[in-house]
Amino acid sequence: MSKIDQANQEAVKKMMMSRPVWVDIGRAKDVIPGMKDNLFLHAGPPITWDRMSGPLKGAIIGGLIYEGKAENAEEAEKIAESGDIEFAPCHHYNTVGPMAGVTTPSQLVFIIKDEEWGGNTFSNMNEGYGKVLRYGAYDDEVLNRLRWLDEVYAPCLKEAVKLAKGVDMKSIIAQALHMGDDAHNRNRATTSLFIRTIAPFIAETDFGKEKEYDAPRLDLSNVSEYFKNTRASVAAEVLAFMHSNDLTSLNAIMAACKSMALAAHGVENSTMVTTMARNGTDFGIRVSSTGDKWFTAPANVPDGLFFSGFKSSDANRDIGDSVITETVGVGGFAMAAAPAIVNFIGGSPADAFDATNEMYEITVAENNNFNIPAMDFKGTPTGIDVRKVVEKNIVPRINTGIAHKEAGIGQVGAGIVKPPMEMFVDALKELAK
Amino acid sequence: MENLFNSELKVINLGLEGFAETLKERGTQVIHVRWQPPAMGDDDLLSLLDKLK
Repeated sequence: MSKIDQANQEAVKKMMMSRPVWVDIGRAKDVIPGMKDNLFLHAGPPITWDRMSGPLKGAIIGGLIYEGKAENAEEAEKIAESGDIEFAPCHHYNTVGPMAGVTTPSQLVFIIKDEEWGGNTFSNMNEGYGKVLRYGAYDDEVLNRLRWLDEVYAPCLKEAVKLAKGVDMKSIIAQALHMGDDAHNRNRATTSLFIRTIAPFIAETDFGKEKEYDAPRLDLSNVSEYFKNTRASVAAEVLAFMHSNDLTSLNAIMAACKSMALAAHGVENSTMVTTMARNGTDFGIRVSSTGDKWFTAPANVPDGLFFSGFKSSDANRDIGDSVITETVGVGGFAMAAAPAIVNFIGGSPADAFDATNEMYEITVAENNNFNIPAMDFKGTPTGIDVRKVVEKNIVPRINTGIAHKEAGIGQVGAGIVKPPMEMFVDALKELAK
Repeated sequence: MENLFNSELKVINLGLEGFAETLKERGTQVIHVRWQPPAMGDDDLLSLLDKLK
């Protein structure tokens, strides 16, 4: 075995040995090392304000209003242009965020601890579907929901996870793949398991009795008329919101995947990809043995199914850190575990198997934690080798949500997207130096 | 050669999928193998890949 193959085996072994556990929730500026009052994190590789896409700009605008730094969108844009706010990739701070990924200093974030290798990773709370900050929307409905998440939802989860003494995220992902999820775009099982694990502790917190709070109340009548007519406890509202949103677990899952990817980073001679991320303008990757250097290329526009009233020309270029799931062998790489996903992103169940089978061509291992029952419990394809991507001309398969290209509108569909080959070629050239 | 065209064809198609589809439409048994030249046939990339073996 060559020294590069040995290095890749070491990297993927470290990735698979990582044990991410959700241990706490904290305020970004208090718990993310290096986070400060004028720093806004975003998805994908580094980018300046002038090159940001509509949904990322929209999320920055919403973040500035949410933080109380701006009264309205016009004021927020001036602040963003002024240079008073620093922008940096979430990945530079061991953080990940879906879609725009905007993480601001006051937001409450999941803290995921790697019980094997040490260190924490972070991600903010998931807001649900449609018009939400992570898709670049920032009207009152979005800002009120953020306030509710910050003042009601996250504090309740924080108390619950303390009582639970941690939640094993890897176990949830492994079980969810046996229940029809890919742990990226289909999260119904992941979220069900997440709720099932934490629900008894939510009920056990003081929020089980608390009914009063200052934040604007959420409309939960889509869950049950009960919440329209009755003043429910905070715990009941939190559980109802979790149930209403299949993506409830996604952000914590992503932070768990970041933990696994981080474990594989920094292995000398390894040609394995340890970061893939998009900012809505560029796609970027980082490789285990090439340090913090990003290899970037213009992101492609996703193709898929669009919500009623929207069409492919509304779609923004690919955006978000959620491709961290594919980086560690789930998401699009585990499509065969989730044939029902084709209802959401298009195609046929056979395409789901083709997608997973193709990913074995560009990876270095079969995962020893995540497997696919319908493929005789074969481990998911894990650890993308830059050399194989270029040699076979096969790029990683990615499932993704689709954002509207203009700020302030939100999600318009879901589908698949191909990362650009150029960045893998650039990484190969760097590795060969 | 004559025998070949007088017998039932069973085809393994390498590379361009369009050939396989055409045969399938005509009722010929065909298995398509996805194949393309390594590194898109680019000599510079092939030499980099050689260096990284």
